[in-house]
Amino acid sequence: MSNLLEVNNVSKNFGSFTALNNVSLTVPKGSIFGLLGPNGAGKTTLIRIINQITMPDTGTVILDGESLKENHIKDIGYLPEERGLYKSMKVGEQALYLAQLKGLSKAEAKKRLNYWFDRLEIGDWWNKKIQELSKGMAQKVQFVVTVLHNPKLLIFDEPFSGFDPINANLIKDEILHLRENGATVIFSTHRMESVEELCDDIALINKSNKILDGKLTEVKRKFKSNTFEVGLRTLNNEVLEKELAEKFTVNPAYFKTLDNELKLNIKLSETEKPNELLNFLTTKAEVSHFVELIPSVNDIFIQTVKNNN
Amino acid sequence: MNHLPLIIKREYLTKVKNKAFIVMTILSPIIMIVLISVVAYLAQLNNDKVRTIMVLDQSGYLNNTFKNTDNTTYNVLTNMELSDAKTLTQEASAYGLLHVEKFNDINNVSQHVKFYSDESPSLSLISGIESKLEKHFTNQVLQDKGVNVALINESKIQVDVAQESFQGEKTSKVDSVIKLIFGGASGYLLFMFIIIYGNMIMRSVIEEKTSRIIEVIISSVKPVQLMLGKIIGTSLAGITQFVIWLVFGGLLMTVVSLVLGIDLMQSTPQQELVEMAAQNNDAQNYFIALKEGLSHMPLINLIIAFVFFFIGGYLLYSSLYAAIGAAVDNETDTQQFMMPIIMPLILAVYIGIFTVIEDPHGTISTVFSYIPLTSPVVMLMRIPFGVPIWQQVLSLFILIATFMLTVWFAAKIYRVGILMYGKKPSYKELLKWIKY
Repeated sequence: MSNLLEVNNVSKNFGSFTALNNVSLTVPKGSIFGLLGPNGAGKTTLIRIINQITMPDTGTVILDGESLKENHIKDIGYLPEERGLYKSMKVGEQALYLAQLKGLSKAEAKKRLNYWFDRLEIGDWWNKKIQELSKGMAQKVQFVVTVLHNPKLLIFDEPFSGFDPINANLIKDEILHLRENGATVIFSTHRMESVEELCDDIALINKSNKILDGKLTEVKRKFKSNTFEVGLRTLNNEVLEKELAEKFTVNPAYFKTLDNELKLNIKLSETEKPNELLNFLTTKAEVSHFVELIPSVNDIFIQTVKNNN
Repeated sequence: MNHLPLIIKREYLTKVKNKAFIVMTILSPIIMIVLISVVAYLAQLNNDKVRTIMVLDQSGYLNNTFKNTDNTTYNVLTNMELSDAKTLTQEASAYGLLHVEKFNDINNVSQHVKFYSDESPSLSLISGIESKLEKHFTNQVLQDKGVNVALINESKIQVDVAQESFQGEKTSKVDSVIKLIFGGASGYLLFMFIIIYGNMIMRSVIEEKTSRIIEVIISSVKPVQLMLGKIIGTSLAGITQFVIWLVFGGLLMTVVSLVLGIDLMQSTPQQELVEMAAQNNDAQNYFIALKEGLSHMPLINLIIAFVFFFIGGYLLYSSLYAAIGAAVDNETDTQQFMMPIIMPLILAVYIGIFTVIEDPHGTISTVFSYIPLTSPVVMLMRIPFGVPIWQQVLSLFILIATFMLTVWFAAKIYRVGILMYGKKPSYKELLKWIKY
């Protein structure tokens, strides 16, 4: 069993509005899974179904080999996008309460809270009320509450919003640390650079349908267009560009260099090999820059969603 | 996993530890007692004030008709013109001037009597004067026709009808008043409780929405559990507050009435009612009647019914309040949904006050003591007058059935509503939510 979570043909309608249409996806155990999609695509509905907040109209969800049931609540830690804490309750009391709701005993919850509060250096907030804390501080408490019961599956919806770069980094490291300790993470965000950095797998949902999923590397491989970004030092830029344009598909490229080089994106056909291009280029000019263009998640997102629409 | 006890505990503790709650718990009885004391004191003051009324009698009929009382002094003026009498009255800053002109026909005496005063006199003052004059002139006419007035007065016979049911239960007018007080008090108590603590539940649901904690919570517990926990926890806090109010208020009242020497109870209308009903009995009989009245009440029935109808009625309404809280984002949006809740509640109290008292077992009273939204209040008011057990059970059964239905319906709205932000829903949308 290498998949922690399997979503099979899940559909959900709200009246005449379809929030999810026959969506299936698998989340491998121990991975960080990026759940992407434009606003209103149906991500939150899917996450809520996994959390048993809403029930799917059709389809099944399998968690760790078992059909989703009430007992699974303690196996999931969920940090919703719309999140908050009781404003007038003390940090410690509140964290204890929420931990107990997840099935921890009071003593155990207290022990783990002490560990986490020390780890994130928020131990002296225990008796403060949430309304006395800043947004970022409250978010830290919220993060601790989400992971405290050591769930198998962690679901983070925009986990970094409200954090300064230092704390965002701290949380990112904690997420990676949790993964090392065996947790599987579903990660929903609009910040593509963090997807790039963290995710092993992604799924893209648009207008209630899944339109793309797979290992991030494979998705990228699928989307790369055999295009190379080159920088060439030559005496006459225009002559060389003309010559190359006759042989390849050429577009101007934009990147920063020290000299006034000729910068081009050169697209190869499927049969042409990069070495052939490189060999050809070395005969014409001094090659200062030669990089295969790998599409960013951002590009893939925009391109796929645009094509889908 | 059953988290209900945990949720109840949290709801209870947060309510009870809340500063505003503590302040209100302590301050309310104090404010109440201060208000009652002020009213009682003023009433006493008012009673102590002596009014002077000038009487100008030009007819010559009124000898010794107006006897001075504790708070009214009558000054009879003689041999004076009306204008002089008016000036005199104003100069003496007396309350008013009663003028009886000289007349020929005693049957038209109304046309010759006038009362002058700065402010318009109270109804009771005028009717007091009227009844005195009527009595006087009637006696005058009787005397003129050769009837012995003293004989008539001696022959007056007073009748008190003793009431007894076919089952042998004795009742009296005092009984009825006591029943009224018990019924009214329990009905009104329920009404107040629903309004105060129903609102509290609603606010606490809204708070969870505005603080955005709701999604965190319901990823751990079922919305229905959260809703029930909220209702029960808040109710327990409410009961705590009520008990403190009763005990603390009672103590304060005793202390205040002992220290200031003001009889606070004297000013309450119930007391007057009891006295009115018992006015024909002397003091000793009055207390006997009171005791008997209490023993005639179906006390055990009343207590059991009170507990059940109170809980049933309160839970029914509070689940509706919870649903409203879930449907909106902030308190100002609650208005349009409050109407359908408040209306039956007020209706129930009005029916209780106007219909049940008049005719406790009439059609209207009976029907409304079955309709679930009004039945708790109306039935509680009816029970002291003796309602057959099967009727109570039937009404309770309807109430519980409705409560279950309402909880189901409220839970549906709650489940969807707590995750809806921004837009204020219409009734149509609420119906749609139930189908989700």
